[in-house]
Amino acid sequence: MATENPLHQFAIERLAEIHVGRFDLSFTNSALAMTAAAVIITGVMVVAGRQASMVPGRLQSAVEMAYEFIANMVEENVGQEGRQYFPFLFTLFMFILLGNLLGMIPYSFTFTSHIVVTFAMAATVFLGVTLIGIVRHGFHFLSLFVPQGVPKLLLLLLVPIELLSYCIRPFTLSIRLFANMMAGHTMLVIFAGFTASLGIFFFAPIVMDAAIVLLEFLVAVLQAYVFTILSCLYLKDAIHLH
Amino acid sequence: MDLAAAKMIGAGLACIALVGAGVGIGNVFSALINSLARNPAAQVTTWAFLGFALAEATGLFGLLIAFMILFAF
Repeated sequence: MATENPLHQFAIERLAEIHVGRFDLSFTNSALAMTAAAVIITGVMVVAGRQASMVPGRLQSAVEMAYEFIANMVEENVGQEGRQYFPFLFTLFMFILLGNLLGMIPYSFTFTSHIVVTFAMAATVFLGVTLIGIVRHGFHFLSLFVPQGVPKLLLLLLVPIELLSYCIRPFTLSIRLFANMMAGHTMLVIFAGFTASLGIFFFAPIVMDAAIVLLEFLVAVLQAYVFTILSCLYLKDAIHLH
Repeated sequence: MDLAAAKMIGAGLACIALVGAGVGIGNVFSALINSLARNPAAQVTTWAFLGFALAEATGLFGLLIAFMILFAF
């Protein structure tokens, strides 16, 4: 059965070989997708703001909706002190959103389907949030792991659990995005393979595949939203410490 | 036992974790439907999607182990 290996779509291919000393800095298909995402986001934002009018046109309206969506999310979940972190969270959301959506184009590459990419983003968020908490609160930051109103004996059990669940955050954040993207795209390839191999009943996998493509679009947008809102909530934890 | 055969069995067993994901997602949307039926003006849909993603994530952690068994070891 000549079905394509479903994991072949995640292979990194070098498009331009660049070697600096011992480092391989080749421009890969992943880098191309990331560059495309960055260029598209920047281009749309710049063009939309070019002739900013009080009654917005379609593009300006769409960009304003995206801006307000994240601005409301940040203000609602982090409060007024969180407004200074809005540019980072907006960038994070748009980058992941474009990354997921660009992967839905046939024969393109989903750069968020690699754990190294999502872990880099999640580690940045985790380290940044922890540093913000430590700079803001000093040693009092450790009170994050001590819930209020707990009997002293239970603290012996609870603090390690709280510590563990805090330290596991970058892993769950990154694995959630990476596993969703990888599993979704693998499923698409496998169902498409069924279409070829079932012969006369080809319409059944096609209907299933169409439904899964719809689901993948939903998951693409949802995972970007979930990554961002969880980053907002972790930031709120660090700033407000309960 | 053959390593390849053991990998297949391990991956299959790891996928049992997705039962939990199914139950969890069903719970989330059942609560959403119930609350919207009682109070259609409630702004809970956003939180329902967040809950769905978090419940699905735990299932995907199991799927991740299945993939790791199959392709990384």
